[in-house]
Amino acid sequence: MSRRRHSDENDGGQAHKRRRTSEPIEIEDRLESLICRVGEKSTSSLESNLEGLAGVLEADLPNYKNKILRILCAVARLLPEKLTVYTTLVGLLNARNYNFGGEFVEAMIRQLKETLKNNLYNEAVYLVRFLSDLVNCHVIAAPSMVAMFENFVSVTQEEDVPQVRSDWFVYVVLSCLPWVGKELYEKKDVEMDRLLSQIEGYLKGRVKTHVPMLQVWTAEKPHPQEEYLDCLWAQIQKLKKDRWQERHILRPYIAFDSVLCEALQHNLPPFTPPGHMPDAQYPMPRVVFRMFDYTDAPEGPVMPGSHSVERFVIEENLHCIIQTHWKERKTCAAQLLSYPGKNKIPLNYHIVELAQATEMLYMRLDTMNTTCIDRLINWFSHHLSNFQFRWSWDDWSDCLAVDLDKPKPKFVKEVLEKCMRLSYHQRIVDIVPPTFSALIPAEPIFVYKYADESSSSLPGYPVSITVGNAIKNRASNEEILTILKEVPNPNQEDDDDEGESFNPLKIDVFLQTLLHLAAKSFSHSFSALGKFHEILKNLTDTDEGKLHILKVVYEAWKNHPQMIAVLVDKMVRTQVVDCAAVANWLFSQDMAHEFTRLFIWEILHSTIRKMDKHVQKIQQELEEAKDKLEKQQHKRDMDKASEDEEGQLEEQIERLQEKVESAQSEQKNLFLVIFQRFIMLLTEHLVRCETGSVDISTPWYKNCIERLQQIFLMHHVTIQQYMGTLENLLFTAELDHHILAVYQQFCALQL
Amino acid sequence: MSAKLNALNSDSYIDVSQYRDQHFKGNRYEQEKLLKQSNTLYVGNLSFYTTEEQVHELFSKSGDVKRIVIGLDKVKKTACGFCFVEYYVRSGAENAMRFINGTRLDDRIIRTDWDAGFKEGRQYGRGKSGGQVRDEYRQDYDPARGGYGKLAQQHRPTEARNTF
Repeated sequence: MSRRRHSDENDGGQAHKRRRTSEPIEIEDRLESLICRVGEKSTSSLESNLEGLAGVLEADLPNYKNKILRILCAVARLLPEKLTVYTTLVGLLNARNYNFGGEFVEAMIRQLKETLKNNLYNEAVYLVRFLSDLVNCHVIAAPSMVAMFENFVSVTQEEDVPQVRSDWFVYVVLSCLPWVGKELYEKKDVEMDRLLSQIEGYLKGRVKTHVPMLQVWTAEKPHPQEEYLDCLWAQIQKLKKDRWQERHILRPYIAFDSVLCEALQHNLPPFTPPGHMPDAQYPMPRVVFRMFDYTDAPEGPVMPGSHSVERFVIEENLHCIIQTHWKERKTCAAQLLSYPGKNKIPLNYHIVELAQATEMLYMRLDTMNTTCIDRLINWFSHHLSNFQFRWSWDDWSDCLAVDLDKPKPKFVKEVLEKCMRLSYHQRIVDIVPPTFSALIPAEPIFVYKYADESSSSLPGYPVSITVGNAIKNRASNEEILTILKEVPNPNQEDDDDEGESFNPLKIDVFLQTLLHLAAKSFSHSFSALGKFHEILKNLTDTDEGKLHILKVVYEAWKNHPQMIAVLVDKMVRTQVVDCAAVANWLFSQDMAHEFTRLFIWEILHSTIRKMDKHVQKIQQELEEAKDKLEKQQHKRDMDKASEDEEGQLEEQIERLQEKVESAQSEQKNLFLVIFQRFIMLLTEHLVRCETGSVDISTPWYKNCIERLQQIFLMHHVTIQQYMGTLENLLFTAELDHHILAVYQQFCALQL
Repeated sequence: MSAKLNALNSDSYIDVSQYRDQHFKGNRYEQEKLLKQSNTLYVGNLSFYTTEEQVHELFSKSGDVKRIVIGLDKVKKTACGFCFVEYYVRSGAENAMRFINGTRLDDRIIRTDWDAGFKEGRQYGRGKSGGQVRDEYRQDYDPARGGYGKLAQQHRPTEARNTF
């Protein structure tokens, strides 16, 4: 907008001056736009667009060289799906201006060093791949690229470094070979063979403890869930066997071969991989998720096999497209669907063929990881809610023939529950066949213990009436507390008024009555919790009190898990209960029958996240206070201002320091509680099975052990901080090996 | 060296729309500022029967929801087809703008837009009859929003009664 203003104003000499200073910014934007858009849909061919753009940029080099360098380096890093378009462009520029080519290579090396220093490993892969494709464009000499790869692979010789470090360097080299393998082998086959055999030796010796934790399915059929490096190695092996013939990658530089082969090449400077730093965060290993093979896409182009390098390249490119365009869903979809080369592959199956995918995933639920089932439930119910819940449920009637605790009926039940949350109970009744009635969720109604005359024999009944009336008549908190004193305490025989000892019935009467009055909506309930916060804090002074209030909430709202979740959330946020109380409640005997239901885990993970955010918030306050103090100290040096303010800040920092430590201690305790409970439950089950000579692998066991894995995976960053304590106190060698294995798999992810 | 490219930073779904609350207490600049920092979304085209629970379930998918205020008919004090969703952090609202805006809730395509922040009184429809302004003048028949528009209802008294 400001640019338009400048060019509109016309007060003689001034406008002239203004126009001159605004121009460079316009040109920079124009250059950026031209470069970013090349390769997109156009009336002219890609080759002529590249030729044209190279001409424009060459002309702009004298004045805008640095800008152009900056933009090209950025697209190399940020637009990896258009790699070969930009390497071709650089190739053309290098052919016209050798010095520029050299400066670009230097800038890329600088950028590579930066990204590695900043733990941006995924971007670093794109940069190295870009450099390797520059060999194809005659910008970089093949022997110097091979030398860089040799330096990368030599990392495998380092001792006492995490496996994920050497993994990454091997991955980078292998992942470049689809683009540049052919050229490198033509120039330096002896060296490349040596390199590959070194890699092979390394891969054979890798520890793969982490794999079971990452697999979506526990079964090997129909598609093996391969570890990512093993899969890539197999793909490269096959590519080598095919003499590096790779037909999928779009290579615009081929059309310019006559121009490019005249160009002088540059040598990459010797590149020593930066040494291992203790705070380095290498990418974690992964398992390749495969659902479709060539038998699933019967018509049209054949799907490349799982060990064909095309599969790797396509998946990389699709992944890059999503990464670049995730914020713009229409653009992302358009980009995915207009993927170049889509006529040669069954693109829909690569992206995903929705109905077929759902069907296939349903069929394989029995061996699917619990976390993945969660995601499927959430996705599928959300999907249905956008399509009037239309689905051929009868196709899944096999789920009615097995126990309700088996994966398939469980899945359908959870999906229907989520669908109900997005609509209403009667809707669900209407959309499923009558045969599915056992899977329909309960109507989400409040269970009021003190509802009518039939409950008049209950000990809390009389006071519930009085309290109810008091609330309706807007009595004060003091008045209500006085009324509640009348509630008999089942825990005590005599009437001793020894302060506020834990009285479960008091909590029961008050909360049941209050929640019943506020049952109309979330807002009503939140308002009630807010209004009577003081009373609630009073009643939950002890740990037993906190545990009991959660129990009462559950009993009242057991038909409405969504309400339970939001009430628990509010109570944690207003400190009526603490996170450890929630964890203890979820693992308690009272909740054992609900243990495998999804809402339990949603509440637990939400609680862990709240604890996490709380710690982060205080840590940030501490950082801000420290920054303020630093600034204050500088000021003091400059003008000898009040030492008072500094003293205040120092006090504040001390207080915040204590707050952080206390919060971290609470956080550590939360994880200790959770892991301890898991260990107890699992050990009990394992011992029971052993003594009864029964197979341990019940649906409950599979669910429980995978939930334990899920805790580690979903909160790995936080848990890393407490590994020492966990290992010393909980995950010791005495533990049953089934449980210890989970811990070891987790450790293996960053080793 | 971590250069960003303006051309790539397109995030059009979170742009502020043309709508400005005419009852906003403050000047245009203040309103813009609040909109750019806001954690609150206006959600429109809801069915009158859509509940807070349904809104919570859907909008929780993009972040933790702090509060929902269901829009009410000023006279009848019943839901009149809009609401406010406030997130704890702005990223929740941004993701809702990117991924929930324009999708369905209760079988209706809903629309989300930035809001400067809920203030008491803003939960009421501003149409003459008590509901939203758009329901005053619309000509079509929408069973989930009281049938015909209020003005149209005046011209078709018998038909309006047949809707229920």
